[in-house]
Amino acid sequence: MLKRVTVPKERKMEGIRIADANFPSPFKSGLEYATPPRGTWNIVHTGMLIPEAHEIFVCAAGCLRGVVLTAAEMHAEGRFSTVEIKENNIFEGDLEDLLIEGVSSIIEKLPKRPPAVLVYTSCVHHFAGCDIDMIYAELNDRFTDIDITDCYMNPIMRKSGLTPDQIMRSRLYMLLHEREKRSDAVAIIGNDLPTRQESELMELLRDNNLKIHEITSCKTYGEYQEMAEANLYISYNPAAVAGGEMMEERLGGKHIYVPVSYDYDEIDAGMSKICDALGIPMPDYSDRRASCEAVIKDVLEVVGDTPISIDYSFSTRVMSLARLLLDRGFNVGKIYIDAITGDDRGDFMYLKENYPDLIIYPTVHAGMRFMANKEKSNVLAIGQKAAYFENTDHFVNVVEGGGMFGYDTVKHTMELIKEAYLEEKDMRTLIQIKGMGSEEICGCGGSCGCSS
Amino acid sequence: MKQTSRIISTYSADPFGVCSALFELGGMVIMHDASGCNSTYTTHDEPRWYDMDSMVYISGLTEMEAIMGDDGKLIDDIVEAAEELQPRFIALAGTPIPAMTGFDYVAVAELIEERTGISSFGFATTGMNTYVNGASMALEGIARRLVKRDVEKTDNLSVNILGLTPLDFSLSGADKSFVKCLEEAGFEVISKWAMGSTLEQLAEAGRARVNLVVSSTGLAVAKAFNEMFGTPYVIGAPFGSVMQEAIIQQLRDACSAIAHVEFRGAIQDEEIELCDYMFCMGDAVYEDETCMDILFSEAEVAIIGEGVLSLSLAQAVERHFSKVTKVLCTTEFDKKYLREQDCMAPYEEDIIATLEGVKFVIADPLYKPVCPEGAQFIPLPAESFSGRIFRKEIPDLVYGFEEYFRNYF
Repeated sequence: MLKRVTVPKERKMEGIRIADANFPSPFKSGLEYATPPRGTWNIVHTGMLIPEAHEIFVCAAGCLRGVVLTAAEMHAEGRFSTVEIKENNIFEGDLEDLLIEGVSSIIEKLPKRPPAVLVYTSCVHHFAGCDIDMIYAELNDRFTDIDITDCYMNPIMRKSGLTPDQIMRSRLYMLLHEREKRSDAVAIIGNDLPTRQESELMELLRDNNLKIHEITSCKTYGEYQEMAEANLYISYNPAAVAGGEMMEERLGGKHIYVPVSYDYDEIDAGMSKICDALGIPMPDYSDRRASCEAVIKDVLEVVGDTPISIDYSFSTRVMSLARLLLDRGFNVGKIYIDAITGDDRGDFMYLKENYPDLIIYPTVHAGMRFMANKEKSNVLAIGQKAAYFENTDHFVNVVEGGGMFGYDTVKHTMELIKEAYLEEKDMRTLIQIKGMGSEEICGCGGSCGCSS
Repeated sequence: MKQTSRIISTYSADPFGVCSALFELGGMVIMHDASGCNSTYTTHDEPRWYDMDSMVYISGLTEMEAIMGDDGKLIDDIVEAAEELQPRFIALAGTPIPAMTGFDYVAVAELIEERTGISSFGFATTGMNTYVNGASMALEGIARRLVKRDVEKTDNLSVNILGLTPLDFSLSGADKSFVKCLEEAGFEVISKWAMGSTLEQLAEAGRARVNLVVSSTGLAVAKAFNEMFGTPYVIGAPFGSVMQEAIIQQLRDACSAIAHVEFRGAIQDEEIELCDYMFCMGDAVYEDETCMDILFSEAEVAIIGEGVLSLSLAQAVERHFSKVTKVLCTTEFDKKYLREQDCMAPYEEDIIATLEGVKFVIADPLYKPVCPEGAQFIPLPAESFSGRIFRKEIPDLVYGFEEYFRNYF
């Protein structure tokens, strides 16, 4: 164990009561801190979802460092290459040449020709005014046997239009070639993690004999291309909406967005929207409500008044989750969140009104560096960041919603809460694994030398 | 093609070098960056992040702030955080976009210092160089601003260890082994730059009679101390018993030399280069004839990595195992330290070409894919290259050198 050499003064920052919090950003922006939890995915992990595709990042060394090691940690280094921008490239204005020749050189050296290449440009290209269209046109001319698409690692643009995450999720489907639509084929889009088979969405599609496409289950580039036959694109990750709209425009299917929720009426409304889009009758889900309530009752009896903290990395709907738990008698005391999603606005307003003393903490504020408990606690945490700040081994280790949808979201979350209460996990080790679940999706088609 | 890597990793970058060098000193370090730098550094390059409090942040630069030149937001944010957190000093490190927009780090640091009364530094890193550049800048900056000038050298043998960061030594225990090795030889270790010393201890560095540079990140500060205090320096990491003996002797000689130089009334740069060891220490292991054979033989062991560590390792391998080595230096380094058979090889293309014909390759495991088929690969993980992936396998070569390589040679 390390010993602190220079001891900073004890510094604690106060959270704010939800009654005093503003929507959508409760905290003033300032210097930003990075917490140790790393379970959420980044653009390298997400890009690797396209089977057999090769990623090439063109950036400065400092920016390459994080992505190249992401690929190495997921054992996908054989599907990943880099072109390094140096100062002279900026001064001499040869960024376009460097990219075109660098990418070409890498493609020619690959042991196996990839069916697709994702070429990531960076903030530097944007600020230097590079002719991005020309670059990709030239690459497409040179490599007519490879599908090449533009991807971006330009976080400086994160507050200017689409975020890098939204763009990445749209790029996942830009390589799909138009093909004849099948009225019985559906694509679930925009997720890093597969939709749980137990969810009402999968059940509905299966029961109606619909062919289900999801990028997380594609093993080959050919299977990936079959997604284009889908007539309906369903997204439930808000960051996937832009991509769904682009698919609609480019491939001709219909896109619908249905948010995840912990509210039964909202869940039914979402399922109804899906049924309408598919032209099928809405099943009767009233038994699911009763089933969820039974599970909630069981879990409450086990967990009792154990303090609960939640963080935003668990789900896009943590306000909805907090509302459900508080309304059923759980002792939710803190939520760690930097900005509230549009989908969660209604629940946020409800909590302000009904649970004004619920405390909200940011995760990136500079003062949060010193906010993790020094001693182990018995708080029950939902999400990795909450687990870290509370320093608890009793936590729900799920990121990005964990593929839950429909009533399964409620039921499975409750099961996970019970499990977290009853069983300890090695929090320190688990939360530092980058891109939770990504190690299973190399999808190299056997070419990169990884274990898959 | 240069600047491309089909499969190998990339070194930790200069802003991360600043953060790593200053991590334990109680200061607040801000990378002027949009996003990503902080998580990259704290995930891959900083093994102390989970266990040791330190104030490393990013500014969260946005497109509009960069385009409009809105430095005021950054300054206000830093001042506000500094008032809340009361750091010992403030350091700003740069990334690519501020480098493109001509951000003036020194001027902004001065403004921050005026407003907070806290010593502030601006390090114009660009994110386009390796950690060696950044850590060198940071350690030199601390040396020139915060080390006491009016101190007298100790009467006894004394030394500072320069260039100690986890990027080169991880948490393998090498930092403690350096101290043990020096103390057993009768040296008082005044300060360690910068693992395991407080800012107050670093401030006493002028008292040391000699400096030991154990990685490239310590060269700039060694030169600064030479200029400030006339302190001579020896370059080399004491890997294995023979190198330890050699370096201790060099350090003793340097301590004598300073007395001699001062007696003559002219302080000079008393640098003793690592390359000289081959000849001055040849007798320890080889007969002179063997030594000459080695000099004119083809290298059979290639060592890939940072300059000082790789040259130190090369010397150790040659002396312990009678193998001819060549170093492929992959980070910034003054070529004058390299031997005839060594070369600078920052890119994958250079490395592949230079490895032709070697029998052994000692390098980080992420170099293995470019190792020639006929050569035996000897993994030596470097935090600066593979980050945390092989952290648990990084050896302390000070006392573990012979054991680590015995099975290979």
